[in-house]
Amino acid sequence: MMAVTNSVVAPALSVENLSVTFQTRKGPVTAVNDVSFHVNPGEVLGVVGESGSGKSVTGLATMGLIDAPGRVSAGRVVLEGRNIAGVSDRDMRGLRGNRIAMIFQDPISTLNPVLRIDTQIMEAITAHERISASAARARAIDALRAVGIPSPESRLEAYPHQFSGGMRQRVAIAIALLHRPAVLIADEPTTALDVTIQVQILGEVQKLAAESGTALVWITHDLSVVAGLADRIAVMYAGRIVESGTVAEVLTAPRHHYTAGLIASVPSRNRRGQPLAQIPGSTPNLANMPSGCAFHPRCSVSSEICSTTLPPLLHDPSGRFMRCHHPRQGA
Amino acid sequence: MIAYLLRRLGQSALVLFTMAVLVFLAVFALGSPVDMLASPDADQAERDALAARFGLDQPLPVQFAAFLGNALQGDLGASFVYGKSALAVIGERLPATIELALLALTFSVMIGVPLGVIAGLRPKSIAGRAIMSTSIFGFSLPNFWIGMMLILLFSVYLGWLPAGGRGPTTEVLGMQLSITSLEGWRHLILPALTLALYKSSLVVRLCEAGTREIVTQEYIRFARAKGLSSFRIIWLHLLKNMMIPVITILGMEFGAMIAFTVVIETVFAYPGMGKLLIESINRLDRPVVVAYLMVTTVIFVLINFIVDLLYVALDPRVRLGGPNE
Amino acid sequence: MGETITTRPLPAPSVAKGERLLLRQLRDLVSSPEAVIGLVILLTLSFAAIFAPLIAPQNPYDLMQLDIMDNMLPPGSTLGGGLTAWLGTDDQGRDMLSAIMYGMRVSLGVGIASVVIASLIGALIGVLSAYIGGRFDALVMRIVDLQLSFPSILIALVLLTLFGRGLDKVVLSLVFVQWAYYARTVRGSALVEKNKDYIAAARCLEIPQWRVLVRHMLPNCIPPLIVVSTVQVAHAITLESTLSFLGVGVPVTQPSLGMLIATGYDFLLSGKYWMSTYPGIALVLIVVAINLVGDRLRAVLNPRFTQ
Ligand SMILES: Nc1ncnc2c1ncn2[C@@H]1O[C@H](COP(=O)(O)OP(=O)(O)OP(=O)(O)O)[C@@H](O)[C@H]1O
Ligand code: SF4
Ligand SMILES: [Mg+2]
Repeated sequence: MMAVTNSVVAPALSVENLSVTFQTRKGPVTAVNDVSFHVNPGEVLGVVGESGSGKSVTGLATMGLIDAPGRVSAGRVVLEGRNIAGVSDRDMRGLRGNRIAMIFQDPISTLNPVLRIDTQIMEAITAHERISASAARARAIDALRAVGIPSPESRLEAYPHQFSGGMRQRVAIAIALLHRPAVLIADEPTTALDVTIQVQILGEVQKLAAESGTALVWITHDLSVVAGLADRIAVMYAGRIVESGTVAEVLTAPRHHYTAGLIASVPSRNRRGQPLAQIPGSTPNLANMPSGCAFHPRCSVSSEICSTTLPPLLHDPSGRFMRCHHPRQGA
Repeated sequence: MIAYLLRRLGQSALVLFTMAVLVFLAVFALGSPVDMLASPDADQAERDALAARFGLDQPLPVQFAAFLGNALQGDLGASFVYGKSALAVIGERLPATIELALLALTFSVMIGVPLGVIAGLRPKSIAGRAIMSTSIFGFSLPNFWIGMMLILLFSVYLGWLPAGGRGPTTEVLGMQLSITSLEGWRHLILPALTLALYKSSLVVRLCEAGTREIVTQEYIRFARAKGLSSFRIIWLHLLKNMMIPVITILGMEFGAMIAFTVVIETVFAYPGMGKLLIESINRLDRPVVVAYLMVTTVIFVLINFIVDLLYVALDPRVRLGGPNE
Repeated sequence: MGETITTRPLPAPSVAKGERLLLRQLRDLVSSPEAVIGLVILLTLSFAAIFAPLIAPQNPYDLMQLDIMDNMLPPGSTLGGGLTAWLGTDDQGRDMLSAIMYGMRVSLGVGIASVVIASLIGALIGVLSAYIGGRFDALVMRIVDLQLSFPSILIALVLLTLFGRGLDKVVLSLVFVQWAYYARTVRGSALVEKNKDYIAAARCLEIPQWRVLVRHMLPNCIPPLIVVSTVQVAHAITLESTLSFLGVGVPVTQPSLGMLIATGYDFLLSGKYWMSTYPGIALVLIVVAINLVGDRLRAVLNPRFTQ
């Protein structure tokens, strides 16, 4: 199905009915199941969900980076109007880092420890552009300066371990944005950092992405990050997107009971003093997925049908989607 | 850094000293060389005179001090067989052995690294599994027998390669080397391959394990996300990380390789210092045996030292220290 | 919260659980075709070696049965006594097949004996080192490191030069070069065990030290010991054959496989391949079979490799 609704611009990225299956000892497990979303140029989409809900796998599948024993078992990934799911590795390589880029969670291990920073930046430039070494070097310096690394000329020859975690993540961001990609997938890039650095980096990425018109897919399990950053939000549970909509709508009036549970478990100023509501139970095991709505064992309003039938994707006039038999009514 | 190197130097000296004590005691345990040197019908007075001349009438610590003093001056006694300094006899044979061992080392890297990387990249593939099973053979096959079978095939039946010996040598930087001529290679190739067999299997296993670990690292994923070619990812990102442990272990194993030339040189009648050792053992040429042991110990210690330096040079994390922000 | 005082030692891993584990491990072991092939080869050859005096066509040590006229006959020849030498004969007119069966006795015997002795000595030293700790431990580990930094072939060669030839001397020097591996392996696992609660608890209860060692620490060090020993038997056999090839190993009167190969070496260039090839194949089969089983054992006994 097409996820584009009333937007006038063509989306930078639109993922349609994507499924990713891993072959395991206990048989195939579907880590990402019939996932659809889109993100427009300059827009920020927040993807939220608990650990193991399939966020990273979705991001990697979009990049064409799923390795055996996993594979993309269904769906399309349309980047700037062209389906890139299943294109040859060669073609995909030309797009990666160029039209679609990704940064990862752990800044400590994201850069190669035995290669100098300049090598790692310049190879990313020359992978997609015929350009002289000195020009590439100048570009590298500019890129480092743009992400706020002081005296970049002198830092080029350093090795990753000589940088702090925050600095390394800035280098990774600089590399990802080198070619002004149409889409940047950020897989929890600030989770491992101090809160103050997190805020700085969030701001910088948002600014840089806006400048180059890059659509941002920001993966996180932290609702408060999404609240301040994203335009729209997609909530994942057990490999499926269970609800999506604008940030304001979803956060103030969640329709899916899982989303509501997530929001209730975030510490917040106006509910100070009250105990935090935890969603009872735990995330289901992929190999042993509950039937029907995967959330039904933990849902307070689940009924007979919830445990037998997968809720269809409901779609309300404002452009919100949800998968629930008994959606919550607006707040 | 300097402190570290000094400490390593101190440790090396300690190893050398320990080895000197052990060798000295071993030789002492073998009995007095007077029995060997004196004519069978020498009387006690003549024997005592001989013992006195070699300082054998002195107490043990004094003898050891004399041994150590001489050894430090490069004097480990004269060979009974060759009638000249035992160290000089070893020195003449050393280049042949070093040449053989270095060539074998090169072979084991050239064979082991590509195969190990292939097996590590595709552990479930037929090629990967075949490489790993074969490496078990390489590990466990008795080296000397493989050498003999190669002789049987390539020299006796096919007649392509000489069965043993060393090719003509030319002097390079003061050393007699045979890799300068085709004939030299024809003599070197079988012994070097035989010697490389065990180490290539070791390298295959190391590289397989290394590759399997490194490909799961985030920086490899990031390199792919940058759009780099697989070629560059493997040759630069993967290999550069893997070579650190491989070089360290190979360096440490180079000593074992030199020791194993004793076997290989015997099989291929290759005139290096390993074959010399066996000959000297059989001829009871004790000074040469002692000189061999001391020389190999020095070589081991040197190798360990070089490996340490290499390790430091290869790994920027060790070379440059922690964050300097 | 105050500290909880343990009044009873926590139960050590129970025997019944251990037995079920053993069964599962056995099943895991035979589920690998390589390991099964290795096991079959190993059992067959061991059988041939053990019962060599009963099933070998000839007693190669009995000079009365030998005829020098039969020397160096190619495989398939018929000897003077009517016997067919399927693998040829050696320079003394011995049937190679019989010589190999008897040679395997020596090779396997030396290999297994040296490993059993070395592992007992090494395990004892390793456990003591871990248990006593401190200076003693540091000293032992220094010696172990020093010894392991020298190639075992060289150490064994020097030792045998000192000792002279003989089966007992070969075993002795093999023990000498191997004990350090076991000491290190066992010390490693013993250190892990030492820090577990039940050992500490047993110590608090003033159970005699030797009982703590024998009942608790040693059993847990056994799986890694088994893995190391299995593969080490193959190493020991290879090392022995190499030493015998170099002329410092077993005596001529009790030829091992290595010794047979060494004899064959003298006739290699004249094309009498059978004298070195067949004993070599026997040697390779033994060594490879042990390694196949050992490789699988390592995977089965070490949960980290299986998961
Ligand atoms: N190689 C693999 N083999 C089998 N299953 C896998 C593999 N990689 C991921 N999975 C499964 O896919 C599911 C989703 O994983 P994913 O990493 O996308 O979660 P996530 O939402 O990013 O969680 P986190 O917040 O912890 O990063 C997990 O349950 C995981 O077990
Ligand atoms: S479908 Fe049923 S179980 Fe699932 S969230 Fe909705 S009400 Fe709860
Ligand atoms: Mg993730």
